[in-house]
Amino acid sequence: MPTKSSRSGAGRVAASDGNDEGADRWNLRLYVAGETAKCIQAFENLKLICEEHLQGRYTIEVIDLLKNPTLAGGDQIVAIPTLVRKLPAPMKKIIGDLANTERVLVGLNLVPASKSKRKSP
Amino acid sequence: MDATGHAVGVEKTPSGISGFDQITDGGLPKGRATLVCGGPGSGKTIFAAEFLVRGTELGEPGVFVTFEESVFDLTRNVASLGFDLERLQAEKKVALDYIHLDPSEIEEAGGYSLDGLFVRLDHAIATIGAKRIAIDTLEVLFGGLSDHTTLRAEIQRLFRWLKEKGLTTVVTAEAGEHTLTRQGLEEYVSDCVVVLNQNVVEQAATRYLRVIKYRGSAHGTNEYPFLIDNTGFSVMPSTSLQLDYAVSNERVSSGIPNLDNMLGSGFLRASTILVSGGAGTGKSIIAAHFANASCERGERCMTFAFEESPSQIERNMRSVGLDLSQWQRKGLLQIRATRPSFFGLEMHLVAMHKAIAAFQPRAVILDPISSFMSAGTAHQVKAMLVRLFDWLKTQGVTGLVTYLTDANRREETDVGISSLIDTWLEVRDLEIAGERNRTLYLIKSRGMSHSNQVREFLISSKGVSLADVYFGPEGVLLGSAKAVETRRRARESRIAREEIERKERMLELSRRMLEAKILALRAGHAAEEEETQRSILQARENAKHVEEDREKLAQSRTDPGGDNGATEGI
Repeated sequence: MPTKSSRSGAGRVAASDGNDEGADRWNLRLYVAGETAKCIQAFENLKLICEEHLQGRYTIEVIDLLKNPTLAGGDQIVAIPTLVRKLPAPMKKIIGDLANTERVLVGLNLVPASKSKRKSP
Repeated sequence: MDATGHAVGVEKTPSGISGFDQITDGGLPKGRATLVCGGPGSGKTIFAAEFLVRGTELGEPGVFVTFEESVFDLTRNVASLGFDLERLQAEKKVALDYIHLDPSEIEEAGGYSLDGLFVRLDHAIATIGAKRIAIDTLEVLFGGLSDHTTLRAEIQRLFRWLKEKGLTTVVTAEAGEHTLTRQGLEEYVSDCVVVLNQNVVEQAATRYLRVIKYRGSAHGTNEYPFLIDNTGFSVMPSTSLQLDYAVSNERVSSGIPNLDNMLGSGFLRASTILVSGGAGTGKSIIAAHFANASCERGERCMTFAFEESPSQIERNMRSVGLDLSQWQRKGLLQIRATRPSFFGLEMHLVAMHKAIAAFQPRAVILDPISSFMSAGTAHQVKAMLVRLFDWLKTQGVTGLVTYLTDANRREETDVGISSLIDTWLEVRDLEIAGERNRTLYLIKSRGMSHSNQVREFLISSKGVSLADVYFGPEGVLLGSAKAVETRRRARESRIAREEIERKERMLELSRRMLEAKILALRAGHAAEEEETQRSILQARENAKHVEEDREKLAQSRTDPGGDNGATEGI
């Protein structure tokens, strides 16, 4: 487990949650603003990661703030694209085009470091 | 560019912040961004909030983007300044957006933009048709996001975007140690930069505002003191650079009839009067008479007391026969008491400025200004007083200030303010024959003929009055010494008068004696004359007879008839 999530209380809660219902649904939300290159790339990167690590237990909701600007306030969106892990709790945010898979996995608190990560860069 | 800066330079929009629009000659650059930087607690957020609230009063809706405080906190905090953001939000005049970035829950994985922020701002702006926007404090983004290269590029884009939208923007920023702002935001906001800071002198804090940059416009570069109170921001425009106030020849009564005579016919309207003197010489009483006279004319008067409370002043003045409370009830007199150490000099100035502007008095009394000495250096005190006096003059307000002098240093005030003073009265204690007596000197009085005489200054339960003093060989005489002298002089003059009368009587007598003598002599002379005349007449008679006899004889001798024989016989 990377040091970042284990140093805080949040990391501990995440671990216990993971044990209870981690096998259940992963509810992900991707905030974009129009069909920009970064947004398209982010969505594609996200799909690849989910297929590899969360196959069959995730949903991705894409929210285009240009169409629904009022939704930006609820999840405190500033940067675009922003990926929000709604479930499992706690909420996590990952910003950027998700090109850095390792950071995404760390951010999602998803998978312990494995051989697969060393391949990705 | 200065004079015409308004026309050819940038277009301005009033900030609505009291005093700020004067020092910037019109307000903030319209449709452009202004950076307001300062340390923690320097008033940045309040400046930004007031800019928006006043904007709504000018028909310009505004968006408040807060990075630091939640909407709830912000609303509550500015409510203490009288800004009702809830109502303004409900009326769609203000939109609030709290942008919160928690670095602990954010992971950065690849390139991003701040489109989310743009979308939110755009939405808020569009919802209320905003003309103004305040962003407080953008720098929080630097703490929340680690890709500063992207961030800077995005901030630059943000300002360009706001400018394109024609929004008048206020951005606040933390003051940096070596740069104006911690993150160098001044690089992006180049139209107008305002710095707020707070100085603490002798435990008293004073807030200052300075416009360090205003592209395309003349602006004052001084540090202007400002105040934040329950009505928001007020900046004191400070020194008027020109000495161009209209002068008046109108006189106003000092409230002490003899003093008016001494001055010709009272003080000049809109002049500044200094009453100096030692402790207990009656300076405050002179001030109170002046206040009373103003109110009797139906003119408002404002007294700033720095040593006594209003009720104390009232009680003290009742003991000399002045009822000041009646004027307070009628709303003609306002007494404000503050401890000089309560806040810094400039804050006093701003507070007084504000109070005067609100009450609009024709006369202002400061009692005493010497207490300011504890709140700053002599130079600072003088600078402050210059500004206050100047301003009072431009407002046509007559100012009377008292100054407590050191008993050993007369005709000299510590702050050297005499050059600012038009009329200077000094009350001195003179100790003669075991009693203290007050004397009033008129040290100077610009623009009026005035008496150079020292007067005795009498305080009784019926008020004060001035009396002439006696000068004897021993010097000035006052009090009971004067009474003794008065009696002595009366006796002396009575004796002298009697002496004169006696001499006059003697003179009269001798004149009469002389006349009598003359009369007697004349009488004697007349008798003599008559006698002499008579003897002369007789002698003439005799002489005539002799002649006649001789002629007769001669005739008789030559006449042959007659007594020829007789004649021949002789």
